[in-house]
This record gives sequence, C-alpha cells and structure tokens, in this order.
Amino acid sequence: MARYGMAIDKRTCMGCASCVVSCKVENKVDETAFRCRIVQRSTGEFPNVHLDIFSERCNQCADAPCVWNCPTGASHYAGGGVVLVAEDLCTGCKACMAACPYDARFINEKGYAEKCTFCLHRVKQGMEPSCVSTCPSRAMIFGDLEDPNGALARTLGARGHRALKAEAGTKPNVFYLE
Amino acid sequence: MERRKFLQIATGGAAAAVGGVVAVWPQAAAGPKLVRKVSTFCELCFWKCGVVATVEDGVVTKLDGHPSHPLSMGRLCPRGNGGTGLLYDPDRLKKPLIRTGKRGGEQFKEASWDEALGYIARKMERIKSEHGPEAMALFTHGHGGSFFGNMLKAYGSPNIAAPSYAQCRGPREVGFQLTFGSGIGSPENTDIANTRFLVLIGSHLGENMHNTQVQEFAECIRRGAKICVVDPRYSVAASKANWYLPIKPGTDIALLMSWVNVLLEEGLYNKEYVDRYGTGLAELRAATKENTPEWAAAITEIPAETIRTVVREMAAAKPAVLVHPGRHVTWYGDDAQRSRAIAILNGLLGSWGSKGGFYLPGGVDIPKYAVPPLPKPARAALDGAGTRYPLADETLASGLCDATLSGSPYPVKGWIVYGTNLVQSLPNPKHTLEAIDRLDLLVVVDVLPAEIAGYADVVLPEATYLERYDDLYAGTFRTPFVALRQPVVKPMYDSRPGWWIARELGLRLGLQQYYPWRDIEQYLDGRLTKMGSSLGQMQKAGVVVYPPEDGTLPADHKFDTPSGKVEFYSKTLAEMGVDAVPKHYAKPEAPEGHLRLLFGRSPLHTFGRTTNNRVMGYVVRENEVWVNNKTAAELGLKQNERVRLVNQDGVKSNAVRARVTNRIRPDCVYMVHGFGHTASKLRHTAGRGASDSELVTRVSVDPLMGGTGMFNNFVRLERGA
Ligand code: SF4
Repeated sequence: MARYGMAIDKRTCMGCASCVVSCKVENKVDETAFRCRIVQRSTGEFPNVHLDIFSERCNQCADAPCVWNCPTGASHYAGGGVVLVAEDLCTGCKACMAACPYDARFINEKGYAEKCTFCLHRVKQGMEPSCVSTCPSRAMIFGDLEDPNGALARTLGARGHRALKAEAGTKPNVFYLE
Repeated sequence: MERRKFLQIATGGAAAAVGGVVAVWPQAAAGPKLVRKVSTFCELCFWKCGVVATVEDGVVTKLDGHPSHPLSMGRLCPRGNGGTGLLYDPDRLKKPLIRTGKRGGEQFKEASWDEALGYIARKMERIKSEHGPEAMALFTHGHGGSFFGNMLKAYGSPNIAAPSYAQCRGPREVGFQLTFGSGIGSPENTDIANTRFLVLIGSHLGENMHNTQVQEFAECIRRGAKICVVDPRYSVAASKANWYLPIKPGTDIALLMSWVNVLLEEGLYNKEYVDRYGTGLAELRAATKENTPEWAAAITEIPAETIRTVVREMAAAKPAVLVHPGRHVTWYGDDAQRSRAIAILNGLLGSWGSKGGFYLPGGVDIPKYAVPPLPKPARAALDGAGTRYPLADETLASGLCDATLSGSPYPVKGWIVYGTNLVQSLPNPKHTLEAIDRLDLLVVVDVLPAEIAGYADVVLPEATYLERYDDLYAGTFRTPFVALRQPVVKPMYDSRPGWWIARELGLRLGLQQYYPWRDIEQYLDGRLTKMGSSLGQMQKAGVVVYPPEDGTLPADHKFDTPSGKVEFYSKTLAEMGVDAVPKHYAKPEAPEGHLRLLFGRSPLHTFGRTTNNRVMGYVVRENEVWVNNKTAAELGLKQNERVRLVNQDGVKSNAVRARVTNRIRPDCVYMVHGFGHTASKLRHTAGRGASDSELVTRVSVDPLMGGTGMFNNFVRLERGA
C-alpha cells in the first residue's frame, strides 16, 4: 500500500504562491478561498533576522482527527492514505474544522468541507499534484513514503526535516526540509 | 550576438511535440468533454514564458508551463498560473468606447469598431495636416505593441516609447554598454544556475518573479553557491543569503567602488582576463585609491570587515561570480553610473562571457515580411534621447510626456497608449495628467479599464493574450528559440487582437502599402515559410528551441566599445565631461520626521496590471506599508493599523495597512507597487491599498540617459486614517 507524502524544501521555497494559484485553478476552488497558503515567519531584530517560509496545506495525517471527529463518515481515508471528503455524506457541520490542528479546511460555497486532496485525481493518472508540478523552485517533492528508493523517502533520509505541529500527534505526512 | 538561420533545425529534434493535439476522452463524472491542449506564451508579465493551455468544451481550464520552452521549463509563476483570471475578468473592456464626459470622468458611449476607428483616423489625419505626423506619440508595453509601433512608423512618427526603459531597466543597459559594449537585454544573460557567487544589489529575486531567473536562483541555492544580498529590506532573497548587507539607501556606489578598491589593492582581480580584454585599469586604480572599505563603511553603514570578507570570497569564486545587474534600477538619478560600477566589478572578476557569470546569448533572425521602406520622419524624436540625455539608446517615455507638456521642441497632440497604465507607470501622475490635458487625441488600447482608460477619448478593447495571435517571439537566450502566441479560444465580447486594430487603423489612414498581408495567419506563415517552417508547424509545437550556445568569450573577442576592450575607464564619459569612473555622491536625506519611500514587487503582481485578477487577487489583495518595528514603536503604530503616507510635497496616499516588521531598516518604508487604483471600473481592486506612483513627486533624472530615479522621496505616516 502506498502512503503518499510531500517534502517541501524551505531553502529554495520563495513563497511565491505559484502552488496556491495553481491549486486554485486545478481544483476550481471558490473565488475567495484557497486550499493552500504561504506563511512567512521572521524572528530576530533587524538586521539579524531569520525568515522561515512555509507552503502549507492539509497534512494528510495518518492519525487524522478530522476523520475520527466526522459524525457521518464523510471525511475518510482514500488510496495512499489521503484524507478526502465525500460530499454526499458531508453536512457542513464543521466538526472536522474544529478538530484539525492545521486550519486546513473551510466550508465551500456548496456548503461542504473542502481541503487539499494531494490532487489524487491527477496522481491516479500518473501526474504530480498541481502545486508540485508548477513550483518554479522545484522545492516540492511528492511521492510514496513507503517506497524506499523513491525520491521522497531518499530525500527525507538524507536531509533534516520536520513536520508542522508534530506534537499534536496526528502523524502528518507533509515535511519541511531544513 | 550570434544570429543563425531557423531552417537548420526547424525540423530537428529540439522542437516540442506538445500542444495542438486534439484529444477526446471521457470524464467519469461530467460526461465526455472535448479537451484540447494549445501551446502559446504568457503575457501576465513581459517575461513571456511558454504555456500549454487546457481547453475543455471551449473553456480554458488550466494553464501549465510549456515543458520544452526554455523560459518556463514546465513551470509557471503564480501570475502565469492565474492567467484565466484575466481572460474571464468580468471587468474587461468589452466594446469600443468614445468619451462623452470630461477627461478622467470615465463617461463613455459604446461604439462600433467602424465608428471608433473612423473617429481616431479622422483626428490623426487632422493632427498630421496641422502639426505633422511627429505630433502623434505611442506608449507601449508588452509583446503585442509591435503592430502599433509599425503603424505609427508608417504614419511618420518616431515618437514611440516604452516605460520599461526610462522607468525601469534603461540605466543598466547604458552602464553595461559603456563597459562591455553590450546591454543586458531581456531575458537577462545572467548565468544564475551555474554561478558560484551571486550578488544581488537591491534586486529581490523570488519576490520579483521572473520565472526562469527564480528557477535558476533555486538551482543556485541547491548547488550551494554563496549568496550576498545588499538591500535596505530583508527580502526573501536576503533570507537565502550567506551575507545580508542592510545598506543605507543610496550608497551602493560607495560599496561597489570599495569592492573594486580591495580587488585592486589586494591583487585579487582576474589578471588574465583583465590583461587580455580590459583597458583603463591604471585610471581605475587611481580613481578608486581612496575608496577603502573604511571609507565606504562610514557611508554605507556596513562594517569594513564585512565589505572585505565578502569581496575576498567573491574573488575566490571568480570568474563564476555574478554581480546581478538588477532590472528595475531607476532609483536615485545616478543609476547608469551605479550600473556601470556593477559592470566594472564584473569585469574585474572576469565574469562577462564566463560560465557562472554572464553568458553571451544566441538569437535567431526571423526574416521580415516584405513591406515598402518606412518613411523617414522629418523631425527627430523629441524625448531628449541622444540630445539632452546623450547616452539614452531607446526613446524615453517620460521624455515624450515632458515634451507634450512643454510643447517643445515641437507640439505633441495625440497619444496612443497600448498596454501600459501611464498613470501608474510614469512617476508623478499629476504631471502626466497635465500633459494629457494638452492632447487633441488620447487612444487607449487595453484589456482592462485602468486609470489611463478613464482619460481616453477612445478606448479600444483588445483581446487577451489567450485570444489572439501576436508577432513571433525570437528569444535571445543560452538556447535561442522562436515561440508563437496563438489564440487558445476566440475573442470574447467585441474585443479584437492588437494586430487587427493596428492594421484597420493603418488602412483608414491610407497606409495600405504597408499591409500587403490580409490577416495575421498570412503574415506569420509568410515569415515562418521564409525560415523553412510554417504556421502549421509552429501551431503544433508552440516553440522551437535551438541547441545551446557556448556562451563564453573567445580569446580574441572584440568588445563593441570604442576601444574594443572592457572599458574600466570610459573615454566616452570623460569626453562628455562626466566621471569616467563612477563616484559616490550623497543623496538627499529625509527631512525631520520622514522616512525614505522604497517600492518593489510582489510575486503575484505585475505592476498594477494584475491586481484586478480574481484568481490570484485574493492572495495579495492590497499592499501594505512595511515599517520597522522600532520605528513603529516610536510612533506608537500598531500592527495592521491603517495609515496614510504624506510625502515631502504634501501628497497624501490612500489609507494602507501598516506591516510592522523586523525586515526593514528603521529609516525606510516599503510598499509593493501597483495598488491604490482609483479607476472605478476595476471593481476588484479599486480603492485597495496605496499607490507609490502618486507619492513620487520628486524625480531624480539621470543626466546620462534620462532614467527617472524614484527613491528620493520621503514620507511621514499619518495615523487615524
Ligand atoms: S514570469 Fe510568470 S507572468 Fe511572467 S511570463 Fe512567466 S509565467 Fe507569465
């Protein structure tokens, strides 16, 4: 069984938001909404500053509180461990939004919970998620964490990395390379 | 520049085989759809990346980077990704408009094309008979402008300018021309991907989103090249750097000349290169004797030790060092000299024509479509290029505007403005609007109703880049290429492609002889056939890519300078009575209680041309004014508080949010350019954020080439907005 994951290289990510826009177009996201976002955090006092840039989205947690907290089973695991929302089961109750430690979800104009799907519809056709395929910095690596010879597992093996809010215990599958 | 014939490889393996393919496949949920992929190139900015558009049942649903176009390599920047937001912008210009109210009042009546073009042609005929054809001027930006340029030349005017020269990259062209006998051009011939040491002077690559350069910047980081960023603001690029030098604004020349001083004093420069290719080293040495790091430290506020360390490391990486020339470089009015200082530094390191420095690009000559020789204008252009501004080698948009206002040396009575919002692209809009007041005719050709359209007598709605052909793009690059822009879908509303508008106007002006082609397909096919290709072939491929150039200097290379060498000392400048070696001069200082106003780019926006785009418009919906946290504390200013900027001449901006940050010097503020629209018909962006352009009321004009330096303006922050 594949377990899909993503590594994003903080060294080369420019925070340009190509991922954000490409995702929006690919998935026809509502006009004012996004499935991913750029977060910049700077510390220190000028000029001794450190800046971190994160391209953030659903972490496709292996232990996903949105899935256990969904009263109808709309939030579920699909192929590759990707968390999806089945719209026909979703009531828009927002329990998943309250449970998600990453603020990764929103209620769309149709009234359903929506979030990143790792572009599973593209992955099934042998393509990369839209954000990964357009990233001008080539800072994003998508792949199967279970494939030890794949670029993702090899990169994570070779480089220091961390997940966001790993302490929340949700076993996130998006990693940031230091 | 090497130019080669197309024929050699038009049928070769380098041609891309994407695009043009018509395919049908069932889509599980929504039933079968007709899906087409069409290759073209982007126009969300001037970089012109290759694009593959997906069209489903006549709707453009996705834009992807063309995989084999050398400028995109399968990737697009956020703006390119959001191109459908322009195509489907509900605020687009839809019908030709003729003004009914007063100028600037945005009052128009809809007109047919025949009526609108007839109106313009009659006015242009009158201007020609009363004042001569030179009294018509054209301002243009973007790839589609060429057809209007040709039309105006055929009409008899030399007054054709793009703000991208005197308001943007002009100074660096002049600085490099003086030194290496060659400008930088676009795309820049910078070998960022292979450099071992990258220096960015005020250039915020990554926020300044030139797709190819950003791709190479990432590659440069991955390869572990050393990076030094010199900027009053801690940019994204600064966060990637080994050295961040928080320079005092306006002192870059002092820093650059102190680096020159160390290279010469410590004998660290590239002796072999300089001996072989250079001239004027003794004069350079004499002129920079006093420019020690200690001298520069007092001016730049960068410690002398840092200055020394950085340049020693730079020298260790030579010749694979790239002191980047930047792009928007009209800052302080001595910008051509600063660019020359950058060129001299690159020359000493031997980076021009070396791997990891500047490559010598290749190009392709596409034969022209045969037309009769264009008339020679009876009077020279009146912008001041080559006269008042002796080294300007392109027409000055600001010069045309000034001459319109002064009526000297001869009157200008009509403007055609194509693809540029002069109210924001020229500094000091008040001045621009006064010039517009002198006109008998203002025609605006554009896709969206920006401010300038509100002042037009006639507004002509152009089809977007996804709905039209334009002229071929022969790219000068490491791998030269020829690219085609073609319609992905048919023009919406009553919009028309630029080529059609220009040609129709030309025909109405009696210029039939210059239009021996019936339509654009015939024109393009005619050009392509002469190179052994065809329109059909290009429609499929989208781009044809040539094998890479070597890009390095041959041993006997003759530079296109008067001496044939790299000129460390410029006799041209000496003969003009100006500094033959760049010198630092102090810039105006902020009046009490004021901060220097700097501006730059967001990766999501191309000037003010994309702020109305609803696809990416919600990511960065308005600009902010960056204020250092200590400065903010002194002013009692809170995060996100709304303020107005009031400049030294009392001009007050729109209210704008304060971004209190540790990422800028305490003596400056910074804004992203292109916001603060007042055009009411740009419904998504009107009234959001503040315009830097209107605060730039002091323009420091470069005496060498007429560039409009814009960073000598100062603002105070007015609270309670
Ligand atoms: S850099 Fe971006 S906006 Fe400019 S041409 Fe390329 S994709 Fe289009």
